[in-house]
Amino acid sequence: MLQSPYVTNYLTQHFADDGFATLEGYERLGGYRAARKALTQMSPDELIELVKTSGLQGRGGAGFSMGTKWSFMPKDGDRPKYLVCNADESEPGSFKDRIMLERGSHQMLEGILIAAWATGAETTFIYIRGEYAFPADCVERAVAEAYAKGYLGKNVMGSGFSHDVRVTRGAGAYICGEETGLLESLEGKKGQPRKKPPFPAQYGAFGMPTTVNNVETYSHVPHIVDKGVAWFQSFGTPKSPGTTVFGVSGHVARPGLYELPLGTPLAEIVFEHAGGVPGGRKVKGVIPGGMSMPVLPAGQLDVPMANEFLRERKTMLGTGGIIVMDETTCMVRAASVISYFFRDESCGQCTQCREGTGWMNKIIDRIERGAGDQGDIDVLLDVAGKMEGGTICAFADAAAWPVQGMLRHFKEDFVAHIGARKCPFPESFEL
Amino acid sequence: MISEPIRAEIAAEIARFPQPRGAMLRALHLVQRESGYVSLDAARELAEIFDIQPTEVMEVVSFYNMFFDRPQPKHHVYVCTNLPCSLRGARGLLAQLEAHLGVHAPGDTSDGRIHLGHEECLGACAYAPMMRVDGQYYEDLDAEKAKTILDALGN
Repeated sequence: MLQSPYVTNYLTQHFADDGFATLEGYERLGGYRAARKALTQMSPDELIELVKTSGLQGRGGAGFSMGTKWSFMPKDGDRPKYLVCNADESEPGSFKDRIMLERGSHQMLEGILIAAWATGAETTFIYIRGEYAFPADCVERAVAEAYAKGYLGKNVMGSGFSHDVRVTRGAGAYICGEETGLLESLEGKKGQPRKKPPFPAQYGAFGMPTTVNNVETYSHVPHIVDKGVAWFQSFGTPKSPGTTVFGVSGHVARPGLYELPLGTPLAEIVFEHAGGVPGGRKVKGVIPGGMSMPVLPAGQLDVPMANEFLRERKTMLGTGGIIVMDETTCMVRAASVISYFFRDESCGQCTQCREGTGWMNKIIDRIERGAGDQGDIDVLLDVAGKMEGGTICAFADAAAWPVQGMLRHFKEDFVAHIGARKCPFPESFEL
Repeated sequence: MISEPIRAEIAAEIARFPQPRGAMLRALHLVQRESGYVSLDAARELAEIFDIQPTEVMEVVSFYNMFFDRPQPKHHVYVCTNLPCSLRGARGLLAQLEAHLGVHAPGDTSDGRIHLGHEECLGACAYAPMMRVDGQYYEDLDAEKAKTILDALGN
């Protein structure tokens, strides 16, 4: 059962209250005040400037400035413009958007409404992964409530602005979380990412100018409009303001969600908030931002969880999904699970990715079985290097990075398998 | 044959998109809700509705994990075996369910009633191990709890 975050802040403070998921309860707690202010007192340009100045970065993985993204949308022309809410959360280790959809759907919708006014979008498509049946039901109910109250549809809140929201459901494909893969899927096709340029702001959903933002990112917007930039920047670091909802999983005493300021040290999240590793065992490695992001060894958990610091350690914040592995963990096994996932989910368009994900998985499995040889580590690094940066989308990079991270910090695990001709970690998790 | 009520629902979905094909995934979900899978005949009918080739329908079906191109067992059971779940015993749980049902995953029980498989991350990482049974999530499982849930599945 999905629980309200253990540590809450402005995004999740009311998530334990079932009323917050209803329009009546959301409004009672101050909801839709920011949208009313935006639509009746602020110009689109003022809003874009506000969100840009706030420094809000996308929370879906890439960390791009939301206001800058909005500013890419054409201001003139008579082509319809669209927004997309990316609710295809499927990065392993990530489960925050799920709770934002289930318990905070009106908060997200209010952010969407403000973004629609700022960008002049006539329709928003909320694309929810197919497996999230219950979260999608929650969103559909919230959308129906908002229409009934006149917060969606024609002449929203008497402002003269009209906006429609359509909820669409995916059908099981990780790649549809990539923004142009999502657009293809939204158009009823295979979710294979598009070559860029043209970027979605010029040629997006159904060929029209489109901005794609993540569930959590939209959810920050009403708070920024309501309480201002200075307030927002009182959380987090100068370069990475605000809070985010970290998901902690794996070998910890209290796995769950924690809304904390960006820049919170990884060690504080793992040990103080999530209770550290149970049974008195030590941490071996931590994946800081969803499985695509390179692992950090136990000695580097002092890192503040914000991109400007994580990049120095050759990793990234990603989705904020923190996966903790204790000292019994065989990192070759972990790499095997990771590489299987990317092999399974590669969409197959680009040769480096289609072939590279398969070969990396085969080689890692061979090493795990004790059948690897000395040259395998170099081959792995060679394949990973050739996948990086050469494909239509970032999936190949996301497949290469975790393997490179494992070899950067835990090469000795791979070497030990090859030397012993078997897995030398009998207490590791089962494969 | 796609029934008239489902055809009507598909038509209503098509009206909600700037281009008809935007309703394709929803149409496939609707067809599956009625028939359990997307047959070649259904694909031909959908191709007519969307004015595309049947192969274009089937390439969408085969791209997504949740669409099926052949008749399905009544119940679908998937254990998430991605890294966060595996760290918390998902592989052991899957092995116990394999033994309980007499199936090697991915596979169907001998009576063709239950499909047991593994799935990639379902966004339940803190509540591992977990499984998805006929679309519903069951979290914080152990083998006994999971077996009880499977034993209670109807025919």
